[in-house]
Amino acid sequence: MSGFPILTLLTVLPLVGAAIALWAGKHARGVALITTFCSLAVALWVWTQLPVNGSIGLVEQHPWAPSLAIEYHLGVDGLGALMLVLSAIVTLMSVDAAHRVHHQPGLYFGLVLVLEAGLFGSFTALNFFHWFLFWELSLIPAFFLIKLWGGARRGPAATQFFVYTMAGSVALLVAFLAVFLSTGGSDGPGTMDFGQLTAMAQTGALERAVTAHLGSGFLGVSVPLWLAIGVLAGFAVKVPMIPFHTWLPAAYAEAPSPVTMLLTGAMSKMGVYGLLRIALPIFGAQIAQIRTPLLVLAVATVVMGAWAAAAQKDLKRVFAYSSVNHLGYCLLGIFALAVPATNAATLASQAAALNGVILQMFNHGVTAAALFWFVAMIQTRTGGHRGIDDFGGLRKPAPVLAGLMGIALFSSLGLPGLNGFVGEFLIFRGVFPLAWVAATVSILGLLVTAAVILTVIQKVFSGPVPERLVNFPDLHHDERMALAPVIGLMLLIGILPQLIVNSVNPTVQNLLAHWRF
Amino acid sequence: MLAWTIYLSFAGALLLALLPKGRNTLARWLALAVAVGGLALGVRGFADGMGQGRVTIVDLAWVPSMGIHFLLAADGISRVLVLLTGLAAVAGVLFSWNIELRTNEFFAFFLALIGGVYGVFLSFDLFLLFVFYEIAIVPKYFLIAIWGSTRREYAAMKLALYSFVGSAMVLIGLLASYAASGAHSTGLVDLAHAGLPVSFQMWCFPLVFTGFAILAGMWPFHTWAPTGHVAAPTAASMLLAGVVMKLGAYGCLRVGIALFPHGLDPWGFSFIGIGSWRDVFALLAVIGIVYGALVALVQTDFKFVIGYSSVSHMGFVLLGLMTLNQIGVTGAVLQMFSHGILAGLLFAIVGRIVYERTHTRQLAALETMHLSRRMPFAAWAFVVAGMASMGLPGFSGFVAELQVLIGAWMVRPWWVAAAGVGIVVGVAYTWRTLQKAFFSDGVPSAHELEQEHGHKFAAITWPEVTGVVMLTGVSLFVGLYPKILLDAIEPAVKALLAGGGQ
Repeated sequence: MSGFPILTLLTVLPLVGAAIALWAGKHARGVALITTFCSLAVALWVWTQLPVNGSIGLVEQHPWAPSLAIEYHLGVDGLGALMLVLSAIVTLMSVDAAHRVHHQPGLYFGLVLVLEAGLFGSFTALNFFHWFLFWELSLIPAFFLIKLWGGARRGPAATQFFVYTMAGSVALLVAFLAVFLSTGGSDGPGTMDFGQLTAMAQTGALERAVTAHLGSGFLGVSVPLWLAIGVLAGFAVKVPMIPFHTWLPAAYAEAPSPVTMLLTGAMSKMGVYGLLRIALPIFGAQIAQIRTPLLVLAVATVVMGAWAAAAQKDLKRVFAYSSVNHLGYCLLGIFALAVPATNAATLASQAAALNGVILQMFNHGVTAAALFWFVAMIQTRTGGHRGIDDFGGLRKPAPVLAGLMGIALFSSLGLPGLNGFVGEFLIFRGVFPLAWVAATVSILGLLVTAAVILTVIQKVFSGPVPERLVNFPDLHHDERMALAPVIGLMLLIGILPQLIVNSVNPTVQNLLAHWRF
Repeated sequence: MLAWTIYLSFAGALLLALLPKGRNTLARWLALAVAVGGLALGVRGFADGMGQGRVTIVDLAWVPSMGIHFLLAADGISRVLVLLTGLAAVAGVLFSWNIELRTNEFFAFFLALIGGVYGVFLSFDLFLLFVFYEIAIVPKYFLIAIWGSTRREYAAMKLALYSFVGSAMVLIGLLASYAASGAHSTGLVDLAHAGLPVSFQMWCFPLVFTGFAILAGMWPFHTWAPTGHVAAPTAASMLLAGVVMKLGAYGCLRVGIALFPHGLDPWGFSFIGIGSWRDVFALLAVIGIVYGALVALVQTDFKFVIGYSSVSHMGFVLLGLMTLNQIGVTGAVLQMFSHGILAGLLFAIVGRIVYERTHTRQLAALETMHLSRRMPFAAWAFVVAGMASMGLPGFSGFVAELQVLIGAWMVRPWWVAAAGVGIVVGVAYTWRTLQKAFFSDGVPSAHELEQEHGHKFAAITWPEVTGVVMLTGVSLFVGLYPKILLDAIEPAVKALLAGGGQ
């Protein structure tokens, strides 16, 4: 059980880096680069140490606040470890991209590293208290990164982001308080441990305890269902799911691009991860009850996200809505698989969908972060232009930029051979047998996304070159070196998805075996 | 060991009062030495008391004819609050480092107040407790009336009058219980074991509880608190909100609940859902939580925001007490500690770090000053303090309020719903203040920039940095490792709730 506390180390590492960066002045970026590089190394090492049977490994468990039965309980399975690797990659990319922070660089990189610690902490926590601490911890640096380094309308964007996420958090907290109280009895306090709650949910004991403690229902809806709705609301804001997405376009557009990379690449995954680690295991039966309306919202997220992206004129907003669309596929997969597995075929579909969701989380993280990085590069070269109509023919002055960004765009489109395809394919493979109407309507989203991406490619890279863009500089050597591994990763996963699937699939089987719908 | 906290503080006060005028630096260092000494004794006493129940420290017959003893003792609750007092005292001295007016007298009053507070937390004789409680009122009055700001005479008088009314109620309760018990003793343990008649407890409990709760800022008797906090000099605001309000809450628990447990029994009838004194006071606590937060949301004066937030946070303490269960009361005591640290920190930031440099506390005026750039230390200190105050996990306030809410839920879920509204409004006013005071968005004009260059704010001094680091560090440490205090509080609460068996 106990060995070297590698996960604690991984969480503390960015905090130490942050403390150093705060005092490092203009060397802060260097400190941040070293820290995030080390974090990535540790995260990759964790990835290699997973138990082969897909269960939770590298467990650290110590009493924390015994009166509340709160434990310091950490561990990762394939899902958690993949998210650690993703967070480390995205943070490294973000720090790499942020080479033009002149205003208080120490504070900027300090906050970025605190955010990374928040990500690591929430992806390793196995107790609600601990998880919630890091979930909230990541919110504060994100707020200030938008508020202090954002674009012209950063104030309202930051506040909106903060208020929405906070409201979601309160819903989550209230639901978990209720769970905690219901599971307790005269003999002692209840539990907030994800593993124990999952086990209780599997036998139906949790539902009985909640009903016994809090009554049978309120406004015609059973209490366990209310709690499930509270928990879902918290995650729906973070992912986001329509109609809880309205904070997102402003926040993504106003945040400096490297911060947007973090928001979309890593922070949005906290929401999806929460659905997989917390909502489905503990409230699976309730989610299955309201599966149809949830599927409707997921499909709406897919389709409307894509449509909204098509209507945008600002590249950052295009990609912001496109992110909504891409995470909509995750939601689609998650809610579609919430059915009782009556036979082997259903189980296989569920496994496919879940594998797809997890892959999609990773792939979207890498691809979306890369896209915002490209936007940042274009923006710095043109003095702040990022309107979709501001450009034209960029492939002539900047062929390398056009080529590499093209790969990222096609990955986002879901072209076979690139990483974006694998996840979406598996999700649709799983969802079709489980919810064919939802899958069919969602195809519309795929088509519109394709149209959006192709429009971007056409308007930015093709056509005549405007006079002022003739001398548009191509990527210089450092940028190529920095981007090469990212683009390489997209190709690698597109061609060899088993690199991830082989480790994730046992976890998927293990998770499905413990969920009850 | 712990008794020396009292003697040391009063000796320090006496010494400072006798110090010749003009020796300001000496006075400061002397006060700091005494405060640090008190804190060290408190830490030592806390560490020694780990795993022990109530330990009698001193027991001398004082007025034998009435059975009054000079009886000092400490259980886990006392030890935690003594620790808090020590921290608040050190922080208070640090944040008063720039006092130039009658410095030695200021610190003399300050240490006398601290000594009184230590005394209350360590007294296990009701009469002695009352004496220390009264002693604490006098220096409070002078600290505000002499060194205060906005309407200081009015605020000082209001505070003193409210305190005396509360004390009078407590005194009546004290005398009545002495007479009714027939135990010929004013020892808290003796009185608790005397088996006071239920009908007597029924009227005496609300009297004593209200008397103490006035000082804890219970709505609707809270109005002394915001005006008092605002008028007081920084160190006094810190002590008022940090420890003096805790005296009231402590009295509610140690005297009100422990001596008159049957005063909380149901009346046997209920009126609009209220069927006992417990319901009454819980309702007032919940109103205080929500009302304090809502009023804080619309204040234009920075210090008033913090003043009303104290009313709201103290509502959690009173609500926790009214749960009467292990978890809720433990949460209440932890909240006393947590709020003591955080209120001190917030008042220090507002009153010392910001006001002494900007000379205004109006949010509208602060909005134009770009303080996040010109005073980054203050801005980030307030970010951390604000996060802690709004109950973000990782800080002491979260664990405390969580326990209060859990405890309350076990009794009456609707209390939690109402208090939850208070928490949400708490986030709102903290964030509003943060944005207005420090992170307002306006881009400075060239003229403003020039002016700002002309008026550089005085640099942040070492006592300020030390104080902020100490208080935030403690809040964070307790938030991440609450076990250290809970281990002391829980057994004491258990013993206290198990029928006054202190």
